[in-house]
Amino acid sequence: MTAAPIHIAGERLMLDPQGGLVWPAAGLLAVSDLHLEKGTAFARRGMLLPPFDTQATLDRLHGLLRRWRPSIVVALGDSFHDREGAERLPAGERERLNQITGNCRFVWVLGNHDPAPPFGVGGESVAEFAAGPFTFRHEAVPNAAPGEIVGHHHPKAMVPTRGTSVSRPCFVSDARRVMMPAFGAYTGGLDVRDPAIARLFPRGGRVFLLGKDRLYSFAMAPGR
Amino acid sequence: MPGTLPEPFATWFAAQGWSPRPHQLAMLDAARAGESVLLIAPTGGGKTLAGFLPSLVGLHTTSSERLHTLYVSPLKALATDIARNLMRPVEDMRLPIRIETRTGDTPANRRARQKSIPSQILLTTPESLAVLLSSADAPVFFGGLACVVMDEVHALAGTKRGDQLALGVSRLRRLAPGLRCVGLSATVAHPQAIAAFVGADRTIAVADGAPPTISMMLPDGELSWAGHMGLEAAPQIMARIADAGMTIVFVNTRAQAELMFQALWKINDSTLPIALHHGSLEIEQRRKVEAAMSAGRLRAVVATSSLDLGIDWGGVDQVIQVGAPKGVSRLLQRVGRSNHRMDEASRAILVPANRFEVLECEAAIMGVAARERDGDPPRPGGLDVLAQHILGLACSAPILPDEVYAEVVTAAPYADLPRRDFDDVLAYVEHGGYALAAYDQWRKLFRDSEGRLHVRSARIAAQHRMNIGTIVEAPLLKVRLVAGKSRIGPVLGELEEYFAGLLSPGDTFMFAGRLLKFLRIHEMAVECQEGGSGDPMVPAYEGGRMPLTTNLADGVRALLQIAGRYDVLPERVAEWLQMQRNVSRMPGRNDLLVETFPRDDRWYMVAYCFEGRNAHQTLGMLITKRMERLGMAPLGFVATDYVLGIWSAHQPHDIARLFEEDLLGDDLEAWLADSSMLKRTFRNVAVIAGLIQRNHPGGEKTRKAVTVNSDLIYNVLRQHQPDHILLRATRADAASGLIDAGRIAAMLSRVKGRIVHMVLSRVSPLAVPVLLQIGRESVRSDDNEEALLAEAEAIIAEATDSDTPAWAQQEMALYSAS
Repeated sequence: MTAAPIHIAGERLMLDPQGGLVWPAAGLLAVSDLHLEKGTAFARRGMLLPPFDTQATLDRLHGLLRRWRPSIVVALGDSFHDREGAERLPAGERERLNQITGNCRFVWVLGNHDPAPPFGVGGESVAEFAAGPFTFRHEAVPNAAPGEIVGHHHPKAMVPTRGTSVSRPCFVSDARRVMMPAFGAYTGGLDVRDPAIARLFPRGGRVFLLGKDRLYSFAMAPGR
Repeated sequence: MPGTLPEPFATWFAAQGWSPRPHQLAMLDAARAGESVLLIAPTGGGKTLAGFLPSLVGLHTTSSERLHTLYVSPLKALATDIARNLMRPVEDMRLPIRIETRTGDTPANRRARQKSIPSQILLTTPESLAVLLSSADAPVFFGGLACVVMDEVHALAGTKRGDQLALGVSRLRRLAPGLRCVGLSATVAHPQAIAAFVGADRTIAVADGAPPTISMMLPDGELSWAGHMGLEAAPQIMARIADAGMTIVFVNTRAQAELMFQALWKINDSTLPIALHHGSLEIEQRRKVEAAMSAGRLRAVVATSSLDLGIDWGGVDQVIQVGAPKGVSRLLQRVGRSNHRMDEASRAILVPANRFEVLECEAAIMGVAARERDGDPPRPGGLDVLAQHILGLACSAPILPDEVYAEVVTAAPYADLPRRDFDDVLAYVEHGGYALAAYDQWRKLFRDSEGRLHVRSARIAAQHRMNIGTIVEAPLLKVRLVAGKSRIGPVLGELEEYFAGLLSPGDTFMFAGRLLKFLRIHEMAVECQEGGSGDPMVPAYEGGRMPLTTNLADGVRALLQIAGRYDVLPERVAEWLQMQRNVSRMPGRNDLLVETFPRDDRWYMVAYCFEGRNAHQTLGMLITKRMERLGMAPLGFVATDYVLGIWSAHQPHDIARLFEEDLLGDDLEAWLADSSMLKRTFRNVAVIAGLIQRNHPGGEKTRKAVTVNSDLIYNVLRQHQPDHILLRATRADAASGLIDAGRIAAMLSRVKGRIVHMVLSRVSPLAVPVLLQIGRESVRSDDNEEALLAEAEAIIAEATDSDTPAWAQQEMALYSAS
């Protein structure tokens, strides 16, 4: 597993192929758009999706925690698929989550799917989280100061390859901002060419597609 | 009295100048005896009237105010057309019979009226039948049903729509005891299987009419070694079009249709009206073409299988098939489009696109002459369709599992369904069937104290009815023609998403018979302008190719065998085969010829399996894996319908070991699990079984909120419950279809001990077409997404200075979001 370094606001950040962002100097790990309990949210509406999504997402989070051993974990919003998501957590998963939030400083940045602090899972809830030169918030703010780390859009990129094209979740970054891929097991994506994402990168940028063991990096044209 | 037509029918027939045909009278006899029957007759044999005649006679004798006869056809258009044709005798004889159609297009007010005042004859599709059966009044509505007519049943049996129809009919038999089933079919390879599907007590077969006149036409210039578009023959095709009234030019893929259409128009000096028809074009566009055909306003249509079935367009004088026909039955179906009267021979011309296809065309012509039919016997029914059916039954009324099981196994595709599978499907419908009992509070069905299963809420039932059907469309992007800055313009049709990913702004592509310039993707639509320039790209569609049938593959192999009969083949082809005999040898009828030879710095191995492209693709993956383990360093492979070609760094040896029967083991499982093919199959299964809903009460607005990516679900489910019923259904589907595991197994066992390995010093004549395919269609042995991404990254890094920050490299940009 090889992480890719990028430099923003004079700091070195590591992008992990599993979809986490690490700021080694601060011992900080960020993940975005976990959408926990999306399965049960669909089940309520009559689509009985396999109920293993929270387990799968926490398994992956566990892998990141083991690899990077952060002292601060920031969840960049939409951590639960809806307001009642945290209440629907199965007992076992709730316990696991409490262990995680108890073992480090855990920050829930609030998102549009989960605008209120989650119930009974530990950690602290904030609208935005500032640390050093960085601001961690759910949704990007146009013309924000450099050093913005955001989620929300679930970026994915489609790359033409020999004879076909491959589509994967990705990080998007320019010199000022990093947009993180969605981390949840059931989270789809929005193409980075979509104006909603592209206009946040008016001078172009770079996409890092998530791979099995590494990231695949491509240039992105300026958006308008 | 048997054997005659009662009045007023006899008089009406006489007035038309017709005399009743023997099979029409036989159908009346069967009806009098209360027997279910399968009628097998060629096109133009008065099949439909034969199917309806007993119902018309019955309703004349005993009038009824209830639904008497239900007609089910695979095509909406066919139902509408048949309704129109039936009206004539009914009106002429003033029979007290109302005839109506009911499809997805029928407006709600008419549907409601059809329920309150039923017509005696209702024409519909399998999907609309399933919707009718899921309603609470189904027992009343169908209670008086006397007869079900299943049209084009050969095209339905063995498909998921056929499974749905068979299950629907099993329910009808229960709602209407004494129900007679009538199947109408073209000539097929497995009449017993079709008879079982219909539940027929007897089969009435009408001998085929005059055999079609089929000839072969080669291009004047060079005959291609490996091409498969057949564009070289465009001038001759144009000449044939000019000589005839109305021609259908059938091709095998949509891409080929686009190219052939362009090629013909380039030389269409007298601007003959020539149109294009394929499945990705906007439906209105297709209807317009069909209407123009019927009205005789066209001289030719370039078409794919989108015109294989359907109503009789009339006035088609000849059929030209460009590219290999891939199967005898398929060829006959197409040739039959030029046939309006069964006593007249249809005319067809085959235009092979390369040398190998000459053999296939010749084998097909011989197959037609020998009155062969191909096609595999129908496979067992899909579990996803069963899941949909069970929920539909519960939506109509509470169900008892034992009763439903007993009913389901009366449907032929489910006759051998194990009770365990049924129970697993039922558990899936009830609560998802997950190992983790997580959804007790959201279960779809609940059990009462007597063990009956009820739908939890009216909402579940409403959701289900909106999602009935077994046709699953690939995720497609609309192609929209836009003018200037506005985003308003006509939709031309649909493209697969992966193709859109290959386009950069300014690229030219060919679609709907036009050259288009790609502008951007916006909200699930590809926006483009008229008039691109430069080398156009042509969209291909997944699964757009038909694999060679086993029967025709045998025919080609046999053709290679018959010494001294090469005079039936064009001289150029005969010479080519003679050279092969001199240099190497011919593939035998029951052996497996494998040639190996060096070329440049590599070794090539060509195996003449003749098992079709799908099977060769799977085989190529398996054999390269084994070569890897044996240290032969395979570099890639190419699969055609006829052969498998593999190239490697080291000389392949111990060929028999490579083709041993244990090949279909763990490797296949591991490869399959990750393949995009299985993910696509899972998507279909998940949608049909109702795991993922296409339509949701509330409509388009909330669409984004309720869709979920099936690949992600697949990954999670595979990891946490690999034996889940939907994954089992997925594997079963894939094994019989795209993987073609059965065909590989049969071949490996057949050629055991009969592998003929020719070690050559250079490429053999027969192997030349394969070598030419390499580079164009080759598949790397580790051809997965990771490898493709790494390659794309490396290529771009090579072409640019990758250390330069990306935002300074605008000229190399991959994306533009203007």
